[in-house]
Amino acid sequence: MVRRWMERHAYIFFLLPGLVLYGVFMVYPLASSLGYSLFHWDGLIRGPFAGLENFKTVLTRSPYQARFWGALSHNVLFFVTTFAIQTTLGLALAVLFRKKWRGFGFFQTVYFIPYTLSMVVVGFLWLLLLNPTWGAFNQFLRLIGLGSWVQPWLGQTETALWTIILVNAWRWLGFPILVFLAGLQGIPEELHEAATVDGATGWQTFRHVTLPLLAPVIGMMTILTFIWDFNAFELVFIMQGSSGNPYYSTDLLGTLFYRTAFGDSTTGGEPGQIGIASAIAVLMLIIIGAVSILGVRQMQKRQVEY
Amino acid sequence: MATRLDLAAERKATVAPRRWRAAVGKVLIYGGLTLLALIFVYPLFLMVITAFKSTREIFLDPFGLPSRWSLEPFITVWRRANFSTYFRNSVLVTAASTVLVLTCSSLAAYALGRYRFRLNNALYIFFLAGIMIPIRLGVLPLFLLMRNLNLLDTHWSLILTYAASGMPMSVFLLTGFFRTLPRELEYAARIDGCSEFQTFFRVMLPLVRPGLATVTIVNFVPWWNDFFFPLLFIQSDELKTIPLGMTIFFGQYMTDWGLLFAGMLIASLPLLLLYLVMSRQFIEGLTAGAVKG
Repeated sequence: MVRRWMERHAYIFFLLPGLVLYGVFMVYPLASSLGYSLFHWDGLIRGPFAGLENFKTVLTRSPYQARFWGALSHNVLFFVTTFAIQTTLGLALAVLFRKKWRGFGFFQTVYFIPYTLSMVVVGFLWLLLLNPTWGAFNQFLRLIGLGSWVQPWLGQTETALWTIILVNAWRWLGFPILVFLAGLQGIPEELHEAATVDGATGWQTFRHVTLPLLAPVIGMMTILTFIWDFNAFELVFIMQGSSGNPYYSTDLLGTLFYRTAFGDSTTGGEPGQIGIASAIAVLMLIIIGAVSILGVRQMQKRQVEY
Repeated sequence: MATRLDLAAERKATVAPRRWRAAVGKVLIYGGLTLLALIFVYPLFLMVITAFKSTREIFLDPFGLPSRWSLEPFITVWRRANFSTYFRNSVLVTAASTVLVLTCSSLAAYALGRYRFRLNNALYIFFLAGIMIPIRLGVLPLFLLMRNLNLLDTHWSLILTYAASGMPMSVFLLTGFFRTLPRELEYAARIDGCSEFQTFFRVMLPLVRPGLATVTIVNFVPWWNDFFFPLLFIQSDELKTIPLGMTIFFGQYMTDWGLLFAGMLIASLPLLLLYLVMSRQFIEGLTAGAVKG
């Protein structure tokens, strides 16, 4: 009897390990972040119910308010720039690579190499290359006669964030190129041929055939980029420290959250503010969730069939 | 006669500039691609040659080739800076997480892809919802959970976190693979007397091997490179993984640039080699999630 029942309901046993793992170590922590944000905390001990007090603190009270909006604007700039680079340069390269000329495979492979590096290595590598006195980058500028451009790229508020964004793009770009290329390869060749036979120019074919068909992949890539850029942490932590030096000019939501949650406990400073940190995490969750849901909706609405 | 000649001449006149223009275009394209390739690779090339140089040489001649190719800095890093331990830990954690996620996700995906039951669709969406949500945002409760389970400062804290965060994408990809298998295989297995589990393990699982490879690659790369969770969960030096170990190493040897570059090179080499050897599978695996999503 029991055996029969078990064979009939085998799917329950198949599902169980995965559900437990995913439920306990992913869904539960994410869901309780919300709960955590609604309480006062004294170190690691939960205090009285706080309502939306923690959110109010983050959004309206100093010093959190200035830090939060500052970090948010940096994240937005981070995403917008990365998006702009990948959908112009990245997309153009993918379209070009589709032609499969001699040597393109080689270039593809090469562009993707930085993506295999860990963020920690990327951060340290560029930290040394951009070192104001000894770094190879400034020495290179001097070598090619651009000595007047030499500056402490990571040390001044005007250039630090842009430098971080470009270093991130350097590591990242190979990935969207490959994703776009994979998407392009999924578009039937006949459609391009038909457009050419109909007398469309290269640009027209791209604009009216390739682009609409590739839109889902571009959209998906944009959402993924958004999620990753709103999660960015390592690069700034490694290169500029947990407070986004200089003067918080490279501070991101990720570093702000880290500082608030775990304090400077690693360097013997203040302990973390769990309630406020959870409020920051929930706000990030809301931003990421809203953008991805809206993005996916938009894409489904515009889905083109072929 | 005359008209025909005219036509031929005309064709020659238009074809020639077009060819010439195409040639210039090609040169520009290859030139641009080469320049970009240099931007992507030259910093890495510098990393390699700098690893072999003495500090004095690095500062006096940053772009020249090293005066001698000695493996000494690498041996120093490997032995003195605990890199062998970090390396072993990274292998251990990544491998265990992979085994765990492959087991759990293939079982769950099999249930979702092959069985009809009331909650099937709801559970599928429940798993999928996690694709868009980064587990990092739940790190505070996760931290306290690990503390209460006495798992902080153990490899288990990392393995469980990684495997759980890998579930959504893995279940999504594998369910897709399982759904493509023909029903007849299942029937045949049952007629031959296989139990449900045997049908899964002996017949169906081997057929989704490409899917298992994809899932492995999708997860393997971010786990191997992860810095965030080790930073928060691991205290003991002998348990640290490479990315976290790197930061320790950087603090210790800040003035010895040759060693720092050697350390970075050692840290990057495994994935780099793996990528260069099997770039096709790598690329297919890493893009699978984004394209199929």
